[in-house]
Amino acid sequence: MNFDLTEERQMLQDTLRRYLADKYDTATRNAILDSDAGMSAEIWTGLAELGVIGALFSEADGGFGGAGFDIAVVFEELGRAGVVEPLMDTAILGGGLIAALGDEDQKLLVEEIIGGGLHVAFAHGEPSSRYDLRRVETTVAADGDNVVLNGRKAVVANAEAAGQLIVSARESGAAGDADGISLFLVPADTKGFTMRGYAMMAGGRAAEVTLDNVSVPASARLGAAGEALPAIETAVVSANVALAAETMGAMESATALTKEYLMTRKQFGRPIGTFQALAHRMSDLLIELEQARSAVINAAGHLETEPRIRDMQIASARNLMGRAGRLVAEEAIQMHGGIAMTQEYELAHIAKRITMADHRFGDTDYHLERFIALSAA
Amino acid sequence: MDLNYSAEELAFRDEVRAFLDEKLPKDISAKVRGRGHLTKQDMERWHAILNEKGWLAPNWPEEYGGCAWNAVQKHIFDVECNFASAPRIIPFGLAMLAPVLMKFGNQQQKDHYLPRILNGDDWWCQGYSEPGAGSDLASLKTRAVRDGDHYIVNGQKTWTTLGQHADWIFCLVRTDPDVKQQEGISFLLIDMKTPGVEVRPIILLDGAHEVNEVWFTDVRVPVENLVGEENKGWTYAKYLLTHERTGIAGVGSSQAGLDAVKRMAGSEIHNGRPLIENPHFAARMAQVEIDLMAMSTTNLRIISKAAVGQAPGVEASMLKVKGTIIRQEINDLARRAAGPYAMPFPSEAVEGDNDPIGPEGAGVVSAQYFNNRKLSIFGGSNEIQRGIIAKVTMGG
Repeated sequence: MNFDLTEERQMLQDTLRRYLADKYDTATRNAILDSDAGMSAEIWTGLAELGVIGALFSEADGGFGGAGFDIAVVFEELGRAGVVEPLMDTAILGGGLIAALGDEDQKLLVEEIIGGGLHVAFAHGEPSSRYDLRRVETTVAADGDNVVLNGRKAVVANAEAAGQLIVSARESGAAGDADGISLFLVPADTKGFTMRGYAMMAGGRAAEVTLDNVSVPASARLGAAGEALPAIETAVVSANVALAAETMGAMESATALTKEYLMTRKQFGRPIGTFQALAHRMSDLLIELEQARSAVINAAGHLETEPRIRDMQIASARNLMGRAGRLVAEEAIQMHGGIAMTQEYELAHIAKRITMADHRFGDTDYHLERFIALSAA
Repeated sequence: MDLNYSAEELAFRDEVRAFLDEKLPKDISAKVRGRGHLTKQDMERWHAILNEKGWLAPNWPEEYGGCAWNAVQKHIFDVECNFASAPRIIPFGLAMLAPVLMKFGNQQQKDHYLPRILNGDDWWCQGYSEPGAGSDLASLKTRAVRDGDHYIVNGQKTWTTLGQHADWIFCLVRTDPDVKQQEGISFLLIDMKTPGVEVRPIILLDGAHEVNEVWFTDVRVPVENLVGEENKGWTYAKYLLTHERTGIAGVGSSQAGLDAVKRMAGSEIHNGRPLIENPHFAARMAQVEIDLMAMSTTNLRIISKAAVGQAPGVEASMLKVKGTIIRQEINDLARRAAGPYAMPFPSEAVEGDNDPIGPEGAGVVSAQYFNNRKLSIFGGSNEIQRGIIAKVTMGG
């Protein structure tokens, strides 16, 4: 057993950490949050040039990484700096699905993604699907050489920036069935798309997307008709590793800021960290942080194992991150007091990233139930 | 002991309901329910309606225009107002300054300020906290130096809630720096229009502008604006904080919040069934409800005691800690119930002319969750309250 990063990953981590420390301070990030685009084109290009996007794809797909630990290394650093740029949406989900299912032509898009020239959004969730990946009601119907899509997609992250949307639709069966789901690559300027975009609580943008007779060639289908669910689940597994690692990185920042604050802030004539009531709570956060680190390692290390084991590890990691993350975010704010409630203080954004990660691809409770179900299987 | 409402109490409840049904403006309750942004005018309008009815100041004695309600009536009023989505009564003038003036102010101050508070002529804000003096309030540094018939005030206050609307601020200032911290503090009333007073907004993590910094640069304050005696301000401040704490259990707010969670969980579908039927979610909701049922009775027990003249001490601290834990847990359940629809930023999800995004009420749950982290920080943080409980019950 060996818990050291490989030399390449260590280099990736160092480079990315230096780049973000240099280019992504609180003021810069808060200006990005206030901007109409909700992200920085300059940072995106910078990340692409550093090879950060490429590190999320395997060599076979044109990248130089793509394993669980590559994802974990990248997203831990993004989480530490509170990065809001949509690497998970464009690369892990969008790029991941195209790489997994695309034909030769479609896969050309992966190269564009790695180069930083294309954004993608995964338009899968619907107004009544919550976290259920199978609940797809958007319809697809054949129309000559074309297919016509109708339906609504909910909280589609990165939708407005995306040049291509990956839209799921049901070819057959009922809303909750595993079979019958297909994916389609739809250019954003296709007629029939309506988007209502909005900023999100923890940064980034999303949109409610309506598909009203969106007509695309049948060749826009990604993979075989009605058989997309396993690929969706695999992409979401990677996204869950990314979310867990990002949360862990953010927890590192939250605990570091809190420790620093406890040692410097004085009340009643002494640093508040010398009060045992606070010192013990800080210790609890550090204990949970180590638990979180191990949960991310477990999840990342099982990305390529058989689905049941893999899924148990993922559910376990996301449940633990949800609980530990809530504790760290809430306690870090509480021990800071009012200052952490202000938008301009770094911890406020970090705490929001930690908390709102719990609303993507299943919250703490969802993953607890999933773990129970998988354990019984 | 009798846990049921008496016939009189039931009649009072019906009277409150009928009043709210008739007089609470629908546009205001809609904003409160959807957590849209209440303007200064909205809040003043509601105060005026309550004042007209004589119900604006439940805690004031009748001689000053109060309601002369007993503890149960106040509780009923609080619960009904929350269920009807009435805005909260802004406490700074009515619930904080007024009791101090009644007990420690001179006759001229009572005659001048109290009717103006009731009639909404003056909007008050609170000048207690400073950047270096949060939980350790007595270490405050804002200086007031006597100069003839005036004090010259220099310094900075922070976390001043709704200070952007205020006409006046009641301030703790240091008038004697050479004695023990608590013994050199005075209680001063300052007109916000005085030259040298500057209000700077603080934007909170949910994007809200509800607190401010207030800066004082050579602000001249007439000596008649001193409340009570010079250097006795700490006594008045502590008296005021006791009043601040009694309302903070937030029973009505929690009940209304839990109700909203149930509504959302009843309509959200999870694994093909309403979320409210999910054993895990239902168990968490039930636990909060059980805690709230007990705390509601604790709250009534304590305010009943206060009504017969026993000042709430350690019990107020207990209520504050438990009450805020419960409210924050309900906020957590609400964001979970909303699922992915907790993610949109509230100003875009609930304001403007568009339909709200997601299920009813979902657009504000994350903002409320983050905003209400303040509950365990302000008004004496929960750590300070636990310290008080420990000191009172175990000495030291």
